Amino acid sequence: MNLMEFIDMGGYGAYVWSSVGLALTVLILNVVTARRAVKVELERLKRRYGNEPTQGAS
Amino acid sequence: MWTWFHKLSSPPHFYRLSGTMIPWFGWVAAALIIPSLYAGLALAPADYQQGDGFRIIYVHVPSAMLSLFVYMFMATAAAIGMIWRMKLAHAVAVACAPIGASFTFLALATGSIWGKPMWGTWWAWDARLTAELILLFLYLGYMGLRAAIDDTNRADRASAILALVGVVNVPIVHYSVTWWNSLHQASTLLKKGGPSIPPDMAIPLYGMILGFLCFFGAVSLTRVKREVLVREQNSKWVKEMVTSK
Repeated sequence: MNLMEFIDMGGYGAYVWSSVGLALTVLILNVVTARRAVKVELERLKRRYGNEPTQGAS
Repeated sequence: MWTWFHKLSSPPHFYRLSGTMIPWFGWVAAALIIPSLYAGLALAPADYQQGDGFRIIYVHVPSAMLSLFVYMFMATAAAIGMIWRMKLAHAVAVACAPIGASFTFLALATGSIWGKPMWGTWWAWDARLTAELILLFLYLGYMGLRAAIDDTNRADRASAILALVGVVNVPIVHYSVTWWNSLHQASTLLKKGGPSIPPDMAIPLYGMILGFLCFFGAVSLTRVKREVLVREQNSKWVKEMVTSK
């Protein structure tokens, strides 16, 4: 099978590739947003604890 | 069993366990999704009716299945949170909602893209399609309801009730193609007498479905970690962990 045929998908290329592209976008965005949510929260907590007066031995 | 359950429900233990599980789920997901997608797009034979257009199945069916699976998972976690007052279970339910919403959107969007060449329309107010759209609204409603309530405990209870009421929509989505005369085709995989597609078409599809499930495992645990941090921010273990790094 040559590359042009693969891209053309028997005339359905636009439909197949837009679906695949959308799926990959959703997967990547899920990873990026989930990881960023953890990172943002850890940074916020770091700032919060940093600003707190130390209350003896914690 | 009970001690295992009890240990798992301890937030610091769960947080650490998630840390080791996430890479496993993530790599297994990648190891399943990449070759399965390639096999589905390049190696599986073209469909005798739909030609190469049928290949949309490799992203559409896994996302549609995940949209329902995640909902059941979310509702079960919410129910456990309600019944045993387990805060970690509520955290799991919260983590599920945006992931479920994204895969419901993906199922609707890829279904729409598939519908255009095969049915001649992007959208129809068909039983299957409408029920899946309601599923998206349930996820968004769950998230909206939580966002509107400041108190975490009240948000947990209210959103759990919404999630549980919404469970009635799950069998409606699943059986809509058999109950009503639907434009949408009936299930190819989950039916009496076994799947009706040849192995070289079916194996990449199973690979994608399993891959998507593992992907959900990795992403949901990541979101649960964030949720645990927010909920446990006044506890000693979170403070020690954050400040020691």
